[in-house]
Amino acid sequence: MKIMVPVKRVLDYNVKPRVKADGSGVDLANAKMSLNPFDEIAVEEAVRLKEQGIASEVLVVSVGQAKAQDVLRTALAMGADRAILVQCDTEVEPLAIAKILQVIADDEAPGLILLGKQAIDDDSNQVGQMLAALLGRPQGTFASKLVVEGDHVLVTREVDGGLETLRLSLPAIVTTDLRLNEPRYASLPGIMKAKSKPLATKTPADYGVDVTPRLTTLKVSEPAVRGAGIRVADVAGLVVKLRELGVA
Amino acid sequence: MMQPYQPPIEDYRFLLGEVLNFDEAMGELGIEVDATLAEAVLEEAGRYCAERLQPINREGDEHGCSLKDGEVITPPGFAQAWHGFTEAGWTSLSAHPEFGGQGLPFILQLWLDEMLSATNMSFGLFAGLTRGAAEAIAAHARDDLKATYLPHLTSGAWTGAMALTESGAGTDLALLKTKAEPLSEDRFAVTGTKIFISSGDHDFGGNVVHLVLARLPDAPAGVKGISLFLVPKFLPDTSGGHTLRNTLSVGALEKKMGIHAQPTCVMNYDGAIGWLVGEPNRGLAAMFTMMNAERLMVGIQGLGQAGGAYSQAAAYARERLQGRSADGKRSCVPIIEHGDVRRMLLEVRSFVEGGRALAGWTALHLDRAQRHADAAERARSDALVALLTPVIKAGFTDLGFEGAVQAQQVFGGHGYIREWGMEQFVRDARIAQIYEGTNGVQAIDLVGRKLGMDDGKVVADFFARIDTDLAAAAGDVGEVAAAVGQALALLRDATAALKDADAEEASGAAVDYLRLFALVAMGWMWARMAAVPGDTPQHTAKRAVAQFYVRRILPQAEGLAAKLSAGSASLFLLPAEAF
Repeated sequence: MKIMVPVKRVLDYNVKPRVKADGSGVDLANAKMSLNPFDEIAVEEAVRLKEQGIASEVLVVSVGQAKAQDVLRTALAMGADRAILVQCDTEVEPLAIAKILQVIADDEAPGLILLGKQAIDDDSNQVGQMLAALLGRPQGTFASKLVVEGDHVLVTREVDGGLETLRLSLPAIVTTDLRLNEPRYASLPGIMKAKSKPLATKTPADYGVDVTPRLTTLKVSEPAVRGAGIRVADVAGLVVKLRELGVA
Repeated sequence: MMQPYQPPIEDYRFLLGEVLNFDEAMGELGIEVDATLAEAVLEEAGRYCAERLQPINREGDEHGCSLKDGEVITPPGFAQAWHGFTEAGWTSLSAHPEFGGQGLPFILQLWLDEMLSATNMSFGLFAGLTRGAAEAIAAHARDDLKATYLPHLTSGAWTGAMALTESGAGTDLALLKTKAEPLSEDRFAVTGTKIFISSGDHDFGGNVVHLVLARLPDAPAGVKGISLFLVPKFLPDTSGGHTLRNTLSVGALEKKMGIHAQPTCVMNYDGAIGWLVGEPNRGLAAMFTMMNAERLMVGIQGLGQAGGAYSQAAAYARERLQGRSADGKRSCVPIIEHGDVRRMLLEVRSFVEGGRALAGWTALHLDRAQRHADAAERARSDALVALLTPVIKAGFTDLGFEGAVQAQQVFGGHGYIREWGMEQFVRDARIAQIYEGTNGVQAIDLVGRKLGMDDGKVVADFFARIDTDLAAAAGDVGEVAAAVGQALALLRDATAALKDADAEEASGAAVDYLRLFALVAMGWMWARMAAVPGDTPQHTAKRAVAQFYVRRILPQAEGLAAKLSAGSASLFLLPAEAF
């Protein structure tokens, strides 16, 4: 079985984002970028399935700027076998990404598509679900455990009040949550091998997908700065204040 | 609370791509590594240092090592961290591919050493000594010893230690007494006691490979009668494993000022079986292969400690609110607004970034010295590395300690208590000025041996390279280049004056001369970094720190030159009994 893992290059989770002066977006110039942490978990899971002999090949795919090569190399260093970069210099919205992935999935026929549940930059949480709909395949989102059983996959999800386990027939789409696994450190030999693993570069046009944005960003701004607190004289004063603020 | 370590990847990228022409340098040596791959390697190594090694640094310091039934117990987490480090292949980075190494260039090794030292110096020493032992074995041992020991040292399954010092023989190894009696043609029984043996034993599992200096029965007195022996903790058994306990033991653990997580052992060798490495009575030359590698690494420890301390201090200074703004209008400003705090931070930063560049330049010559196709180029680079080794060892560890103290000072009282981790930097950094040849000895090596190499042509070659780069500088960079040029002129005068100095004069001058040399060499790197065109925040910052360096650090050159020209006479006015 082939596993396909779409990944995204995002602002590193350790970096405090700075909004551009003109409010058009987050300033990414010279900022440290890395593999989206949820996608890293998806890569790890795919590599583990390969090590267990369940998967035969792990294909990683990214849609983004040329520099997205870096995160593909990271995934290859972790143990993925080959990569496709769909190069696009403008921002691509989730629907267009899902459409590109749909065409690649039709070509490659993966038995399982593993994605991070969301990217930590825009928190859209849409691509996995859209892709499942476009492909007409079952989806298991927010997986905290994944077991392949013959031509089915058992996906355990953390839901309010407990765990829910779904049984999906393969091929399927699964999105990963934080507790699915703890991704490995890439080894030095892994990094060295990654440089000679195949990485194909394509464009959205190669897949016949129009990536023109359908959404308009009106404004991006920093969260409001927390204001100074006030001192209340006693409990009664506190209650009055809370009522004024409409929280009690 | 300590800040998580941020590996200086952006600075490495800048140096590789825009200052040191890394891709071109690798191309010339036929090494198939480009800056992109180098950065990927450094990034992943940095992640391990930040996520696995920094978090166990303070506990390692507080817990320390202990001795149980003659075996060393390292602090909690160290054995696990070592296994993770070796499984990821980091001990194999610059090792020879023939024995399982990745054969990556030394510049990556030295910068990995920097990140190790910034996050956990005690841990880094295990890796450094293992690499040093492997390099000495690779250069001097017989093929069967190489085949037995190098794959395990490269993978980190086994570790290395170097055993030179005895209670009566430190800087002067001519006095050492440990003996080696021949048992057969190639096996010897080594007997004696060594002190200050870093990584002498541990609980990581696997063998501990000691390289021990000892005397053969008929050896001449002095340093010409010292041989080098490979003495493993475990000897080969009949089934191809290494399970037989050799007769070497840890007599005690030294109690010391810093690097508490590093087991510094008193080692007893009681007729321990060992094999000769290299020629009889040529042990010191063989050991110098290990020591030269270690000296560069120790210099980098100073750099790493100052860099790690700087990051903590800079983050603290941006957040700590104390005092009024300079115009008196605002109270409770971040202390980074105060001139004196900026002075302290910039003094450390200008050393760290200048030193990082100089270490990178030197490391590239280390690779040229070993891998260039042209023998003359190899010799030229080898000589430059030899010249710069004492400068890096002593210069970087002195400035590294001073930097750790400055960074600690930024914290005020909080720097003196344990919670912020700053006093550990100060205690850990201190040893690097002392071991691997004290900094005084390094300075005498520079003045007494290195300046005279090839009749002064090596140092002249180095100065000429600085001239070339300074001459190319123009515009805003001109001021930086001019200041470095003036300091270089002082250094040239001092070099000429020392050429004919007697031993007493040279000894009195050496430390100040080495400092002057280091300041000029880093000034040269600042001139090169400031000359890089570009207007990103990084480029602008480089030019700003370069200005600080030439205006506020480099003027020390004049004071040092004045001290040097005053000579050593005043050192000998007091008779010894008056001290």
